[in-house]
Order: sequence, then C-alpha cells, then structure tokens
Amino acid sequence: MLEATDITKSYGSGENRNPVLKGISLTIPTGAFTVILGASGSGKSTLLNILSGLERPESGHVSYDGTEITTLSDAALTAFRRKTVGFIFQQYYLLPDMTVEKNVRMGADLAGNREYREILRAVGLEEKLKKYPSELSGGEQQRVAIARALAKKPQVLFLDEPTGALDEATGRQVLEYLSKLHRERSFTVVMVTHNQNIAEMADTVIRMNSGRIAESYVNQTRKSAYEIGW
Amino acid sequence: MVIGGKDAAKLFGIAIIACCAVFVCTLFLNYQLDIVTIKDAVATEAGMAVYTAQVSMGKVTCAVTGGCLAATAIVMLLFYVKNYIDTHGANLGLLKALGYANGTLAKHFWVFGLSVFVGCMVGYGTGFAYLPRFYQLQNAEGYLPAVSVRFHPLLTCLLVLVPAAFYSLTAVLYAAHRLKRPVLDLLKERPQERTRRHGKERPDASFLGELRKNVLRSKKSVVFFVAFSAFCFSAMTQMSFSMKKLASDTFAWMIITIGLILAFTTLLLSLSAVVHANAKTVAMLRVFGYSQAECRRAVLGGYRPVSYVGFALGTLYQYLLLKLMVTIVFAEVDAIPNYSFDFTAFVISLAAFLVSYEAMLFYYGERIKKTPLKSVMQEN
Repeated sequence: MLEATDITKSYGSGENRNPVLKGISLTIPTGAFTVILGASGSGKSTLLNILSGLERPESGHVSYDGTEITTLSDAALTAFRRKTVGFIFQQYYLLPDMTVEKNVRMGADLAGNREYREILRAVGLEEKLKKYPSELSGGEQQRVAIARALAKKPQVLFLDEPTGALDEATGRQVLEYLSKLHRERSFTVVMVTHNQNIAEMADTVIRMNSGRIAESYVNQTRKSAYEIGW
Repeated sequence: MVIGGKDAAKLFGIAIIACCAVFVCTLFLNYQLDIVTIKDAVATEAGMAVYTAQVSMGKVTCAVTGGCLAATAIVMLLFYVKNYIDTHGANLGLLKALGYANGTLAKHFWVFGLSVFVGCMVGYGTGFAYLPRFYQLQNAEGYLPAVSVRFHPLLTCLLVLVPAAFYSLTAVLYAAHRLKRPVLDLLKERPQERTRRHGKERPDASFLGELRKNVLRSKKSVVFFVAFSAFCFSAMTQMSFSMKKLASDTFAWMIITIGLILAFTTLLLSLSAVVHANAKTVAMLRVFGYSQAECRRAVLGGYRPVSYVGFALGTLYQYLLLKLMVTIVFAEVDAIPNYSFDFTAFVISLAAFLVSYEAMLFYYGERIKKTPLKSVMQEN
C-alpha cells in the first residue's frame, strides 16, 4: 500500500515562491489502477515524482508497505526504486543507440529477469528486437518503454502522461496493452493524465486542482481503452 | 551571429595545445635559422659533430612534437565543431529551415580559429622570450661559437598567422560538411551517425556491458583524447627523468611541464564531454534504480583500459625515441651517456599516473552522482 500524508512542495524562493502541493494525503491500495487527473499546473506530476521517490517533499510523509521513503538516504532511495518502482514517461526516454532488446534489458537486468522477451511478445514487439528507437513509430516506442518498465518486475508502475505524445488510435492501443498487463500481473498502477476519459479505465480517480485534491472517487465499472471517449 | 567569442573561449584546450606546439617549434626553428650563421665558424671536429647533432635534433623535435601536437589540435578542433553542431542542432536547424544556406552558417565557425591564434601568440611570445636562455643551454659545453638571437618575421608568420588561418578554414569547411544534414535531423538533434552493428550485438551481453561499449563507440574522438592524454603523461614524465641525465634540468622541467599540461587539459576536456553527453542516460539509469557505482562504471569505466594502453604506448614511444636520438642522432657526440630503459622512472611515472587518473575518474564519478533526476522529466 502506498500512503502519502500532508505532502507539501513549492518551487522558487522569497517572492517567487510557488506552492505546488498544499497538504496532499492519499492512500493507494496494492494492485489498484489509480489515475491522478488534473489540468496543467495542478501539481499532478510533482505528486507522482514524490510518490515514486524521484523528489522529496518539503513536509509530509510517503510510505510504501509501512516503509517511510521520504527519510531514506539517496542510496537507499535508489535501492527502493530499483526493487519496487517502474516508470513510463510521455517522451519515452529510450536510449537511442541501443536496440529494442537492449533497452528492455535496462529494466530486465535489474530484476535478473531472463524472460523479458515474453513481455516484448505481450506488447507485440517480438519482431522488432533488433530495431533502434528511431526506426519505430511513437506507439511502438511507448510500448518499448512499457516493456522496459515491466521487465524489472515493479510492484508499482508510475506513468506520467503516457499517451500525451500519441494519436488516438496509438494511444488506445498502448492503454489496452497496459490494461491487459495490469490484469495479468496485478502490479499497482499510478497514472497521471489530463485526459479525463482515461480516468474511466481506473479503479480509483484522484482529481487535483491548484495543488489540492479536489475530488477522489472509485469507479464501479472499469472501461477498456476502446470503450472510453478520447 | 551563430557563434560568439564566448564559444571560442571554450576551446582553451586547443589554445593550450597550440601554445605548447608553437613554444617548442619557436625554440628549435629559431635556433635552426640562427645556428646556420655560425656553421663556417665551427673549427673543431667535436664542434661540427655537436652542430650536426643539434640540427638533426631540432628537426626531429619539431617534427615529432610540433607534428603530434598540431595533429591533436586538428582532431580536437573537429571534435569541438561536431560537438557544437550536435548540441546546437535545434538553433542551426531552425536557421536552415528559415532559409539560411549551409555556407552562410558555416562561415561563422572561423571564430574557432581565434583560440589557435591566441595559443600560437602566447606560445611564440613565451618561446621567443626564452630563446637567450635556450641558446645558452644548447651550447653549455662551449663546443660552438656563441649564437645570437635574431627575429625572423617569416617564422612568426608561419607559427602564428598561418596556423590560425589554417585552423579557421578547417573549422569552416568541416562545419559546412556537418551542416549538410537534413533540417529535421538538426532540429530534433538526432545524432548523424549511429554506432550500430545490426546483427552483431551479443544477445547474452548484459545491458551495462553493452552500454559501456556504446559510450566508447559513440565518441571515438574522446577515446583518442583519453589515450593521448595518458600517452603524454607517460612519455613526457619518463622522458623528463632521462633528459636530466642526457641534457639538462631545464630540458627536463620543460618536458614535464608541457607533458602534464597537455595530459590534464586533454583528460579534463574529454571526461567533461563524456559526462555532459551522457547526462540524460545517467539520469534514466538512476531513475530506474541503478547505483552510482554502476552508472560510473557504465559511463567512465570503458576509458580505464584505454588510458592504460595510452600509458603503455607512451612508455614504448619515449624509449624508442630516446634510444634513436642517442644511438643515431648523437652517435658522434662523446658527452652523451649511454641510454637504457629507466625502470625507476617507469615505476614513479606509473604510480603517479594511477593516483592522478583514478582521482580524476573519481571526481567525474562524483559529478555523475549530482546529475539531477528531474532534468529528464522536465524535457518535453
């Protein structure tokens, strides 16, 4: 279970101080598919970075399965990310000089996962092992990023606007792959997006506005990527 | 203006190399030109032997030192031009998209030649100021009549203006060549050459092992500079020990100073370039949970064997060069002692090399640790 209590964070100092998170508390159950929804500047990406241990809050606590992560040293935080967390970003951030297979091994080697090709098969990229990122479409690159993140067998997968750079058809396809893998492997998903249609795919939706949680609700029925609007 | 003087100032590495090359060449070439005037006044057989040996030594030193340094400066200049275009691709691509021709953009790269001009000026000025003392040292035994220092305007032109013009032209031509890339490649800052080996990648190789190889393959010029840096360190420090016995303390100090400046300047520039170029990769590795030690090994570890090879080559080079000088060039001169491999100098040089290079690698490893993780997420 991922828990955050009274998280605050601001950028800048003095007169330019800009509070981004103003006392956020939330709980994300293990195995849940949670979407953090909000407009640009609402603080959703900063919250994601803090929940995943990429950034430290100014005040407040984040704990994962009872372990407080906000007080961990850099080395311990790195070890936490290594063991527990997977990331997918809007801009993919694949290593351009490495093949699809080697990009996926970036995640797989951390978990000693020799079965990483299975994940590549699951995201429909088994034929593209020897291709380089620039030889792939945007959707294929994002699927490589998903495979890379899942190959390290994370307990929690954090996604920051994973379909933000994709067209509708490709975006739906990527989300469907993600949803399928979530059902099969039951890891926790925390996804940040500004697209409220995507929230219909989640168990829990947290809507943010100006650094605060404006609304939080549970979807009674989850829709597939092809049932939601865009 | 595409490139400012500030950008040219970043090329201080080239300026230092140019300075060293011109300093050495000024000493020996000026001496060559001036010693000719006393040839007829050399009366003894021993004096003529010293005269012949010094003329030969001057030619060898200028060719070897000046040639090596000039070639290194060229490689470094090309590396800078390529690096500049790679890192400013978006701006240059935009200008090309707006209709600026390759030639119009490339001609601004003449500014890079300024660093060579500054280096050559300093090297020539320092060398010329040192000439009286150098002439005394060359004739310390008194075998030759006194040689007086004369100013040779043509030499000044050859050692200062010609290199500056040549390097400026080289920078412009190479920039024009690099700018031939498609506008979109420049705009999206896509590297021109991928170090790809389709079908040759070992499937069982670990990710970090493959990344280490990739870091080396993607910047071959840096591999050269790291090897060259170790080569300079090894050759010049060991040579300076031998020079104490074969020539004089002043020669020894001159050689070790030039060697260490060159070695550390080149190494600093190379490793800075490596860390800068791989900042995004390191940030991603750390986001995924790779430890600092793993990041350091992946990005810098590949350069360790390269520097050891450079050190070994430097040792071999200085031994062969000195053996050649003593047995062939100075064969007729009685005052020159026999030369054999100086094992003590080798051990001291190796120990100093290990300590200083490992310290540099450690320093850059610490810089990797400070790579901000958020820098990756903020790029859109």
